[in-house]
Amino acid sequence: MNAKLKSRLEVAGIYLVIFIMFLVIIYPLLWVFGISLNPGTSMYSATIIPKNASIEHYKWLFTNQDSNYLLWYKNTLIVASAKTVLSLTVTLFVAYAFSRYNFVGRKNGLYVLMLIKIFPVLMGMVAIYILLNLVGLLDSLLGLTLVYVGTSIPTHAFLVKGYFDTIPRDLDEAAKIDGAGHFRIFFQIILPLAVPIVAVVALFNFMAPFMDFLLPRIVIRSPENYTLALGLFNLVNQEFGQNFTRFAAGSILIAVPIATVFLYFQRYLISGLTAGASKS
Amino acid sequence: MSELEEENRKTVSHSPKRAMMLSIIPGLGQFYNRRYFKGILFFVLIAAFLVVFGNFLNIGYWGLVTLGTMEGVDDSRMLLIQGIVSVILTAFAIVVYWLNLIDAKRDAEKIKEGWKVTTLREGFKNAWDKSFPYALVAPGFFMIIFVLILPLLFMVALAFTNYNIYNSPPKFLLSWVGMKNFFNVFSVPMWRNTFFSVLSWTIIWTLVATTLQVGLALFLAIIVNDKRIKFKKFIRTFLILPWAIPGFVSILTFAAMFNDQFGAVNNQLLAPLGITIPWLTDPLWTKVAIIFVEVWLGFAYVFALFTGVLQSVSSDWYEAAEVDGASKWQKFRNITLPHVLFASAPLLIMQYTGNFNNFNLIYLFNQGGPPVRGQTAGSTDIVISWVYKLTFDTLNYNMAAVISIILGVFVACIAFFQFRRTRSFKEGGTNG
Repeated sequence: MNAKLKSRLEVAGIYLVIFIMFLVIIYPLLWVFGISLNPGTSMYSATIIPKNASIEHYKWLFTNQDSNYLLWYKNTLIVASAKTVLSLTVTLFVAYAFSRYNFVGRKNGLYVLMLIKIFPVLMGMVAIYILLNLVGLLDSLLGLTLVYVGTSIPTHAFLVKGYFDTIPRDLDEAAKIDGAGHFRIFFQIILPLAVPIVAVVALFNFMAPFMDFLLPRIVIRSPENYTLALGLFNLVNQEFGQNFTRFAAGSILIAVPIATVFLYFQRYLISGLTAGASKS
Repeated sequence: MSELEEENRKTVSHSPKRAMMLSIIPGLGQFYNRRYFKGILFFVLIAAFLVVFGNFLNIGYWGLVTLGTMEGVDDSRMLLIQGIVSVILTAFAIVVYWLNLIDAKRDAEKIKEGWKVTTLREGFKNAWDKSFPYALVAPGFFMIIFVLILPLLFMVALAFTNYNIYNSPPKFLLSWVGMKNFFNVFSVPMWRNTFFSVLSWTIIWTLVATTLQVGLALFLAIIVNDKRIKFKKFIRTFLILPWAIPGFVSILTFAAMFNDQFGAVNNQLLAPLGITIPWLTDPLWTKVAIIFVEVWLGFAYVFALFTGVLQSVSSDWYEAAEVDGASKWQKFRNITLPHVLFASAPLLIMQYTGNFNNFNLIYLFNQGGPPVRGQTAGSTDIVISWVYKLTFDTLNYNMAAVISIILGVFVACIAFFQFRRTRSFKEGGTNG
């Protein structure tokens, strides 16, 4: 009886902790959602449960001619898609080479990748700025995409390489004996087995431009090239509190699709991450 | 019979040393080995390099040494970049040249041992097989060199120049100043005080925020994993939510919530208690708020990670421990904790280094503020956000570069030792 009571108390305690965590997690989210429904752009009168809720800010984002929201969305989608395709191709090739081939310079190459991964991208920002200026890619989506691709390679290559390492080598040896070429082995044997990690890396690649604000802030100058994160930040940063309700509406419209995709793929994310990391 | 003898004598007389010496002029050694196509390839490659880049390299090295001589005409930054590109190109050329020497020697050795020169077609196949991994790696490394390595080298170079707001190209010329900037960080009181206060806050911030994250995540992962708990899937999905929401959205939301005048924390949560806390204007409270926000943002990822690992712990171990009469704490201490830490160590290190350089949070939450008198950094500025301010707000490029280098060395050392420790830990661990 005593043990049973103790067990019940424990379970109740656990539920209580989880409940408190729920509140802590949900409060800011509900708050920002509530704010987005407040009419008027001032924060001073806005409350979490609006007195007369309206979706005027959502309408404003899409229909008002002062709003560049759709343009920002388009820019972000362009950058994200281009980045995903380019970065994924390059990363998979690099990872495949490091996982499967024994070539001169392999070990040093790995060290270089590992070392580079440690330094924050921010350190080279001045040079990236000047460099892009030099080749005329400053303030362009192409320039932004290329920088994104370059900076994503080291981290992702390690993740993918770690996963490739877990695929038995016997498979490609057998295929080689049967006369399969390098590309055939890669596309028909390795890739189909590596779908989880490819999905994870593709997802990371695609989502980064939606979340990152630093790189666009440095590379992009003119408002018509803003990405979502940069545009929304500027919206709220010009006069803090003045446009916050609009910012809230715009944020909700990014956060909902991203969070949905993320939660949907979470199982792959975790398994991909742990499999890649424990092997590297 | 005599023909074979002659053949033998010829192969023996074939000298690897001579092949290598001949290859000092690229391709000649390959000709000696009778691998004409390869020889032409090496010769053309290196000759083309010299012809195409000769002038570029000349200006590049001149620029790297002098940083320009005509005020207003030469742009020192461009010359510096061209100089660094020249160094990288030269390094490439040296590698190719070295390969040319080695290749001549190896082929000659093989010929000496009686190997017959292959047909052109076989040679191609061999070359394709051998160079395939390089072809795979090349685009990636090309991008890394221009987007990561070149900028890093440029930044390192800036640390030894006098590039600041008063002396900035293209109007003025830069010049090399040696280690002066490094000495200034430690000898000029304003720099020294700022540096040490920023560094100590960065370290405290990293340790406290990340450890709290990891602790909270571990606690939650273990209690949710309890077999008596229902709706596990729903609970887990919910707890991962902070990870799934774009960081800048949550950070800016928190910044608004913690706003001193109209934020929800003061107006709604603390109002019933009759307290108002200066969240964004008092250094101590800002730090508390920032750590809270980071725990909120970051625990979900670690939680997801730990949950994944916990599910892989075999239940046999716990049953065996129960048979032996182990307490809950003992089970946690001796089974769960080592297993979880062992499996997720590299990712946890990344979490620490990530927070060490967590620019987004610091900058978006309060721009590193509130400001401190007599310092170039705000009271919540960590090293990386201080560097950002030095670079883009006060245009103190040389000092920003110096601090970046110190930061880089610091992070690299920690990461290096940690990786080594986890490696050796792994080798001595359950894998063995």
